[in-house]
Amino acid sequence: MTRLAGGLIDRSQSLNFTFDGKRYSGHAGDTLASALLANNVRLVGRSFKYHRPRGVLSAGSEEPNALVELRTGARQEPNTRATTVELFVGLEARSQNRWPSLGFDALAINDLLSPFFTAGFYYKTFMWPKGFWEKVYEPAIRKAAGLGRLSMQADPDSYDKGFLHCDLLVIGGGAAGLAAALTAARSGARVILADEDFRLGGRLLCETETLDGAPATEWVSALEREFDSLPNIRVMPRTTVFGVYDHGIYGAVERVSDHLPEPGDRVRQTLWRITAKRAVLAAGATERPIAFADNDRPGIMLAGAMRAYVNRWAACPADAVAIFTNNDDGHRTARDLAAKGVHVAAVIDARPEATALAGYRVITGGMVTGSRGRLGLKSIEVHGNGRSEWIDCGALGVSGGWNPNVHLASHHRGRPIWNDAVQAFLPGDDGPSGLIPAGAAAGHFSTAKTLRSGAAAALRALNELGIAAALPSLPRSEESRYGVAPIFYVPGRKRAWVDFQNDVTVKDIKLAHAENMRAVEQLKRYTTLGMATDQGKTATVTGLAVMAELTERSIPETGTTIFRPPYTPVALSVLGAGDMGPHFRPRRLTPTHHWAAAQGAVFIEVGQWMRAQYFPRPGETHWRQSVDREARAVRSAVGLCDVTTLGKVDVQGADAGEFLNRLYSNVMATLKVGRVRYGLMLREDGFAYDDGTCARLADEHYVVTTTTANAGLVYRNMEFARQCLWPDLDVQIISTTDAWAQIAVAGAKSRALLARIVDGFDLSNEAFPFMACAELTVCGGLRARLFRISFSGELAYEVAVPARYGHTLMERLMEAGAGLGATPYGTEALGMLRIEKGHAAGPELNGQTTAAMVGLGSMVSQKKDSVGAVMSRREGLAGDRRRLVGLRPVDPAGKVVSGSHLFAEDAPQRLDTDQGWIASACYSPHVGSMIGLGFLENGDERLGEVIVAANPVEGESARLRVVSAHFIDPEGARLRE
Amino acid sequence: MLIPHPLLGLRDAQEFTYLGDARLIERPDPSAPDAEAAFCDYVFLRDNPAGVHRELWFHEQGDRSWLVVTRDTVTHEVLSAELARGVALTRKRSGI
Amino acid sequence: MRFSGFRVFAEAIKGHTGWRPLWRNPEPKPAYDYVIVGGGGHGLSTAYYLANKFGQSRIAVLEKGWLGSGNVGRNTTIIRSNYLLAGNEPFYEFSMKLWEGLEQELNFNAMVSQRGIINLFHTDAQRDAFRRRGNAMMLAGAGARLLGREEMRAMVPFLNHDNGRFPIKGGLMQPRAGTARHDAVAWGYARGADNHRVDLIQNCEVTGFRVDRGKLRGVQTSRGYIAADKVGVAVAGSSGRVMAMAGMRLPIESHVLQAFVTEGLKPTIPGVITFGAGHFYISQSDKGGLVFGGDIDGYNSYAQRGNLPVVEDVAEGGMALMPMIGRARLLRMWGGVVDMSMDGSPIIDRTHIDGLYFNGGWCYGGFKATPASGYAFAHLLATGVPHETARAYRFDRFARGYVIDERGAGAQSNLH
Repeated sequence: MTRLAGGLIDRSQSLNFTFDGKRYSGHAGDTLASALLANNVRLVGRSFKYHRPRGVLSAGSEEPNALVELRTGARQEPNTRATTVELFVGLEARSQNRWPSLGFDALAINDLLSPFFTAGFYYKTFMWPKGFWEKVYEPAIRKAAGLGRLSMQADPDSYDKGFLHCDLLVIGGGAAGLAAALTAARSGARVILADEDFRLGGRLLCETETLDGAPATEWVSALEREFDSLPNIRVMPRTTVFGVYDHGIYGAVERVSDHLPEPGDRVRQTLWRITAKRAVLAAGATERPIAFADNDRPGIMLAGAMRAYVNRWAACPADAVAIFTNNDDGHRTARDLAAKGVHVAAVIDARPEATALAGYRVITGGMVTGSRGRLGLKSIEVHGNGRSEWIDCGALGVSGGWNPNVHLASHHRGRPIWNDAVQAFLPGDDGPSGLIPAGAAAGHFSTAKTLRSGAAAALRALNELGIAAALPSLPRSEESRYGVAPIFYVPGRKRAWVDFQNDVTVKDIKLAHAENMRAVEQLKRYTTLGMATDQGKTATVTGLAVMAELTERSIPETGTTIFRPPYTPVALSVLGAGDMGPHFRPRRLTPTHHWAAAQGAVFIEVGQWMRAQYFPRPGETHWRQSVDREARAVRSAVGLCDVTTLGKVDVQGADAGEFLNRLYSNVMATLKVGRVRYGLMLREDGFAYDDGTCARLADEHYVVTTTTANAGLVYRNMEFARQCLWPDLDVQIISTTDAWAQIAVAGAKSRALLARIVDGFDLSNEAFPFMACAELTVCGGLRARLFRISFSGELAYEVAVPARYGHTLMERLMEAGAGLGATPYGTEALGMLRIEKGHAAGPELNGQTTAAMVGLGSMVSQKKDSVGAVMSRREGLAGDRRRLVGLRPVDPAGKVVSGSHLFAEDAPQRLDTDQGWIASACYSPHVGSMIGLGFLENGDERLGEVIVAANPVEGESARLRVVSAHFIDPEGARLRE
Repeated sequence: MLIPHPLLGLRDAQEFTYLGDARLIERPDPSAPDAEAAFCDYVFLRDNPAGVHRELWFHEQGDRSWLVVTRDTVTHEVLSAELARGVALTRKRSGI
Repeated sequence: MRFSGFRVFAEAIKGHTGWRPLWRNPEPKPAYDYVIVGGGGHGLSTAYYLANKFGQSRIAVLEKGWLGSGNVGRNTTIIRSNYLLAGNEPFYEFSMKLWEGLEQELNFNAMVSQRGIINLFHTDAQRDAFRRRGNAMMLAGAGARLLGREEMRAMVPFLNHDNGRFPIKGGLMQPRAGTARHDAVAWGYARGADNHRVDLIQNCEVTGFRVDRGKLRGVQTSRGYIAADKVGVAVAGSSGRVMAMAGMRLPIESHVLQAFVTEGLKPTIPGVITFGAGHFYISQSDKGGLVFGGDIDGYNSYAQRGNLPVVEDVAEGGMALMPMIGRARLLRMWGGVVDMSMDGSPIIDRTHIDGLYFNGGWCYGGFKATPASGYAFAHLLATGVPHETARAYRFDRFARGYVIDERGAGAQSNLH
């Protein structure tokens, strides 16, 4: 073990874990990365392209190298950053993107071939011979590409979604965020403090500088106690605010139980949609490396990360270390390491002058120009004062300066502004409204400035909200110099890595420059700079600096790429939280659903509805047997079908008739009370839209029905017409689809059946003829509506009762109809019956057909205006000569397949000779063969003609005879019996 | 996004269904001699501005009112929201 | 410079000192025969085919940002020719044939990957509609397979076949469909056009058209006036803005479409899969990221970014369809401005101004059309008549009633 003294780990709790099958032990408070380092494991991964050996670079979510497959089985989680994984007992992690082992990786041959594998090489090759791309090159590339593996099993854990609202959201729980939260919490404002770490404090946890003379953790603990005592602040550790959306909405993921071996009863993660009136962005800063030759060996890490491992986790990176820096912060690492007894071999400071913070060797004006150690750093080459030397060290801390984490401030495409003093991009003033950057995220790099900045940002936000607040007294803290010099890379001939994970080197950027890929986005896309799982957090600015130098422009002139959510990668399972599998969409159940289920019905999805498809009886082995029986029952006796799913809209008011006149293409205002009329609606663009019935229950009261599919849309359009087009009409509407259960009672014996349940209502043909409607009572006082309408072509009614009585009504009808052969039927028989009758339904009213095409051209009144009437007269619609026809196979055993295309016999079969298609088809027990409804060019004039239905996608073709679309009772006598 | 419903206050835009340009309120006179051309313009053509846009939103998961929302299509900033029925009535009364 | 494996090898030996710019950075000339407005996929391919196939010269492409900065660089890279209507299918099949020869044509590997697309269906009505579409594809020579439940189970076993809200009943597959490396398409056409002496002028924004008695004379730009005999506009999401400068209102709205990519993963899914009961489609890039998308946000927008409800909706669709992707992490989400037309189909046509031509209305599907769109636009610009596969893409189809409405959704652009 290479543990040092101190640190924020709980040595009383030892946690066993494995990495690549080998057992190790760490402590509570460790991350996987700190535990590996403490166990002297330096090699943890391989890079994407060259499969270079890699170690831990950082101590946070910016980690590009230390990616592992975490956990096993269905919980396997690829590409997981070891630097953010909280250690738990029994943790299992494996290295990835290597074969056969991490230490010996066969694809490391790519590193030897790297002269060929430069940026964009694949755009220039793999083109010959032509067929090889698909069969040879691409499969090989795909196999080599990618990092970790998915388990290919469904995620077994639960996830949740939630909504939070607050006055102030503080993003980041470091010095600035804590100061902001404290200021706001004491004002009484509703505050949310979110931090991605499992412990509040941010960099304060990693530093030895004191607050008010005491360790910083004491101040943090005091704040935590105060926050605990206040009702108006919610502290959310392990919560990453990943994106800023419109109007103060922030997306955040809380890792509820990722630190546990298994979630148990809890969800694994929660997706929060936080609506905040104001937010303080206190996301801190990320250190950037300096690129030099072979700067990617395990053991070379960011200087601030090295300090964090030593101070927070007491994990010693190596017996002897060196530091390479261009700023004073690197010296703090040397100082802290030396204080812990680690040998600091040298601090190589690229600046001409530097002051040591402790008794270590400083090489000013120095550069690291090379490194050795295949699987772990052994020594570095240093060039300074005109001479070169090799210095032995097992670890090198590199500090090229700090980049403020401006990401969220740029999520609305605002551009960060370059600041020469800190050599970094700072948030611009065109960020999301209400988001105030503070602390290191705003370019303040000393603890004292950071604290003040956080408190001031909160004060400003509260002021804007009109909430009185006062600045809290802030602890005394360090206010040291930063003094960063603009040094981003060390020139040299060998490869110097800029983007570690994607293996983008300074050479690649030079190549992109030479090939005129100079715009930053082109640079990114051509070299893949910044496109790895870390989204370039440690790479992009360095890459820009190299390109800026090559093009002899400044860094701000070179620009930045666009910052996009998420700030750190987010599991898809939490983004889609809670609505998985059968819960993807709500299920709407009809009032007779449970009754039907008890009858053994087979259900089918119709939009969100579950409808009974058919009701199998004992002995029936094929669905067709059941459906044919149900259809025959309707044709010969009486059938019962729940049609509640049809949309229903109640229309009332003095102008209700006029209103419907303008919506329906046919005339509705003249409809008499107590009568029903079939209605057709067009879209305003003139195409047929929806059909249904319109019943006039009273002078100023209509009830209209829509198709199931369009129920919501038609209602929306009716509200649009009422509120926006004709607000001067006296009319009110309400959707009553869910309020009324409606049951179709169809068949010759339907009158006899209904007579047994109505309360003294005259059902005779004279008193209640076809297309009559009435309000009445049934079953001894239950209010109901009765419509004599038919979808099947038989004598038929639809009876509606308040939805909660639907189930009972169906039971009563079945009881009353027992001697009449009453038979429940489902959507299959319903569809079959309407095809036999030639009724257009969804497949015919598909939004691409005109009223004339479906045989309803005469319903478009020319005497009045209605929605779509004007546009239906355009030449393309009026001239469309395809007409709905019936189709029967010439060979009675032949098939009629919907989706077939229709051709004249002996005509070539091409798109330009295409004469139509089959929209609906079924086996008709009434006809005794399959039948279909189709659209055929001049179909109304071709009755009797034999045509060809081509179904090449299934290798079929059939000869069909064109017939009337009304296969049953074309005169409509049965309806009127 | 949040929509400032004139009756109900700030509501999540997810409660609404979007239709488009508020000029869809201005249905042409079907009896005018050039009605077909006017309708083609009305049904198909849009200003589609990059900037301030008056547009129709339907509070489908709410009180079912249609709103005219004035919103910047570049920044998504919502400048105002009013009941579409009020807008339409004002237009009718002014005899446009 | 010709690209080949040998060239890469030779350059590697001599330290990559011989590579030349993929295109020049020319200064705009005072006048051109053709000015193409928009340096995205369609504009660049138009310029390439004008020069290469139609023998035209004195051509410039004006791009307000950097080449490929529009939707060609921010889409989900799918190529397919699986359309229903006769106005569309031959055009997209023409495009597919151009894709199939693109590497050789351009001497640039755009990684056209024909690993197939499967459109899943979940109801009988959907199956019937897909059969009709599949038959249209067969009749156009595009190829199609209608697959049943068991075939789906064998082909894509990791989908949620048994426990879904909407059971998978089968799928319509186009084996020749797939993906291409989107940026490389723009770069390949740009390099090809530049090789034919087309001036590709970046950071040059068109600010106005100069029209004299109904005849176009040239364009005002941020880099000065440029005279042109013919101007072709191919600016996708900016169509409304640019054509407004010519006094035109279009049957187009600009909407935001979001797209998503996960962290890199070892091979996970073959080809492209689209969910038929929710808004979700997915493929895997050569680099390993799962690339996916869903519905447009639905409101007019030029912001190139969207909002959370659609992000969640798309992820819900993904989890419903293939719960094994749950442990994959979303790496990046972005938004593009798409030119949603009123019938969901594009326009390639002349305008009322002599010399001004328009190409747009590609909705969220312009990427797959890149080769044919450029070819057909070049055909129209050079010959004055529409290409045979693009004859239906006229402005007047709306007024005359010949819309090409694949979905039957009507004149509401966000429903297409």
